[in-house]
Amino acid sequence: MFKILEARELTTNIFQMIVEAPRVASACQPGQFLIIRVHEDGERIPLTICDYDRDKGTVEIVVQAIGAETYKLSHLKAGDELADVVGPLGRPSDLVYEDIEELKKKKIVFIAGGVGTAPVYPQAKWLKEHGVDCDVIIGAKNKDLVILEDRFKEVCNLHITTDDGSYGRSGMVTVALQDLWNEGNKYDHCVAIGPMIMMKFVCKLTKELGIPTVVSMNPIMVDGTGMCGACRLTVGGEVKFACVDGPEFDGHKVDFDQAMNRMKLYKTEEGRLYLAAKEGDSHHGGCGNC
Amino acid sequence: MDGFVRVPVREQDAKERAKNFREVCLGYNKEEAESEATRCLNCKNPKCVEGCPVSIDIPAFIQQVKEGNVEGAYQTISKSSALPAVCGRVCPQESQCEGRCVRGIKGDPVSIGKLERYVADTAREMGIVPEGAKEKKNKKVAVIGSGPSGLTCAGDLAKMGYDVTIFEALHEAGGVLVYGIPEFRLPKTSVVKKEIENVKALGVKLETDVVIGKSVTIDELMEKEGFEAVFIGSGAGLPRFMNIPGEQAMGVFSANEFLTRSNLMKAFDESSTTPIMRPKKCVVVGGGNVAMDAARTALRLGSEVHVVYRRGEEELPARKEEVGHAKEEGIIFDLLTNPVEIHEDENGWVKSITCIRMELGEPDESGRRSPVEIPGSEFEIECDAVIMSLGTSPNPLISSTTEGLDVNRRKCIVADESNGQTSKKGVFAGGDAVTGAATVILAMGAGKAAAKGIDEYLSK
Repeated sequence: MFKILEARELTTNIFQMIVEAPRVASACQPGQFLIIRVHEDGERIPLTICDYDRDKGTVEIVVQAIGAETYKLSHLKAGDELADVVGPLGRPSDLVYEDIEELKKKKIVFIAGGVGTAPVYPQAKWLKEHGVDCDVIIGAKNKDLVILEDRFKEVCNLHITTDDGSYGRSGMVTVALQDLWNEGNKYDHCVAIGPMIMMKFVCKLTKELGIPTVVSMNPIMVDGTGMCGACRLTVGGEVKFACVDGPEFDGHKVDFDQAMNRMKLYKTEEGRLYLAAKEGDSHHGGCGNC
Repeated sequence: MDGFVRVPVREQDAKERAKNFREVCLGYNKEEAESEATRCLNCKNPKCVEGCPVSIDIPAFIQQVKEGNVEGAYQTISKSSALPAVCGRVCPQESQCEGRCVRGIKGDPVSIGKLERYVADTAREMGIVPEGAKEKKNKKVAVIGSGPSGLTCAGDLAKMGYDVTIFEALHEAGGVLVYGIPEFRLPKTSVVKKEIENVKALGVKLETDVVIGKSVTIDELMEKEGFEAVFIGSGAGLPRFMNIPGEQAMGVFSANEFLTRSNLMKAFDESSTTPIMRPKKCVVVGGGNVAMDAARTALRLGSEVHVVYRRGEEELPARKEEVGHAKEEGIIFDLLTNPVEIHEDENGWVKSITCIRMELGEPDESGRRSPVEIPGSEFEIECDAVIMSLGTSPNPLISSTTEGLDVNRRKCIVADESNGQTSKKGVFAGGDAVTGAATVILAMGAGKAAAKGIDEYLSK
């Protein structure tokens, strides 16, 4: 069992937890993920790692309650335990293998959308620790949904944009990127992490602008170790498994339409379970969502 | 009953079992087992033992069954096998112990597998556990993977007195026994879990949720955590696909995914939190035991099931018993048939698969006649799911993160068959990680040989 040391709601439906997982904490690198099970009969849920403390043996996760199991997770408190935490899984970000002096010469921009903001943090923090500057664009629907702002400010040049203009710049992340580019920020490298649709449009733009772009894919997974192939994607015409070949890929080569389509696979089944978990016996269908 | 015919074993009726996940084979009761045991000739030079990869003293345990001494029989088997209730169910006895039985020359061989199962099941009901080590050795050994080879190796080393820890990547121990083989062939709670508890009762520690090569490397285990030897029994878990058009459509699964959802995650049970697709009509591609397991799982989830295999009935690599069971349950075999392309509907779901008829040509290097396409014989099968069961290969997670560990061109770890020694000092390997996908009992045999090899290495 893996003890939860801290748990709080960052904003509507997005939760932050610090969990004891010494093996993950001692080995993880920016870009990797982990899998948890909330309880003994729980589904395996892949989650991004937001931060880690090797000395304390803890990892920080940020979760959006979108399915039955993440909804249950969101109700856990400090002192509760998770049945399983396994990782780190996937390959570390390519950035950690690059020559630091070369990195310092590059102008790097991260584009973070929604809960995808969390996995950007360890990368920006890692760069800061190695003396490399970077820009981060956080995109959210509105002011309330911006997360981790203070922590990002300490490690990067932060730009915030909201769809409704309630905070920071106004509009989608692609608008912010284009504006920053026009303002003279000629980026050499882009990392985009967020909803697939966001990553798709960021890649469309960066291709036009000629910025090499890395995306972090979050498809359906079961084991997370290369065993099931549920997470397979087409990248540059080749089939790749996000769990072991990724999760980061060359965004200009990813077949996003196919990847987004494959996300629908269990949608209705999960939706039903979510409503059952949320509304219990009182929910008997007919709501139009189940 | 004359001596030529074996005591038949009771099974769940085919029509009934096609709709549930309960065990197909019901096993012998005391009377049936003791009656079957009398058929054993107790040969002076028992061929059956030669046919057993872990060399169980078969005539001895069968004599004990005949005498009604189940505890004795269990301890006899336990000297050689850590997983008798599993082996009694999933070993290909027809090509091993039973294949060598003298009784088989002029009739049915003795039902050694069913007797082994009877002994293991009865011992479990009686609460009999295997005998552990008398003296402890103060030496730590790490076993990677809790499948058949790892459990066997760990059990044997614990019996010799070593301090053994098994590291398992998944949340539950058992490897292919829990994620691969379905409930209706191998019950998880009553059989697999209990056998693993018996291994733990020998003093073996188990740490789940540890992915060796990711959470910690082999070098770190040896240098930082004090393990003096390591056994790698990480299996062959990577699924293969055909690389035909349409394979990324929704409704195309690897057998591994389909079976893992159903078996490990219990998705066959509607109350499970893990979803699984319940197809209406599905095509399973492949002819091995895993294909049979996937086909029979899909059938039980309510689907019409077609097994598409490129060779003929004679060449089906699955056990005859499994093919027979599958046919009885209503699975349709489209043999000498190979998929060419999968078609999707406007929403990206599988709607049909185009196949081509095959004929058998000249034997290939495996000695099997290789299938050749018959030009112009393409035809379409309508379906909403396709399950690819084309075999698996070893996961490179360990070999790619362990310096000095040699692999062959198929990414299998190179190890000495007699003692499991790899190219790296103190590191041993066995099972599917070395051979590529094979059987439970061969993996157990390799785990056993490696335990001996590790003991010799650490005794130097």
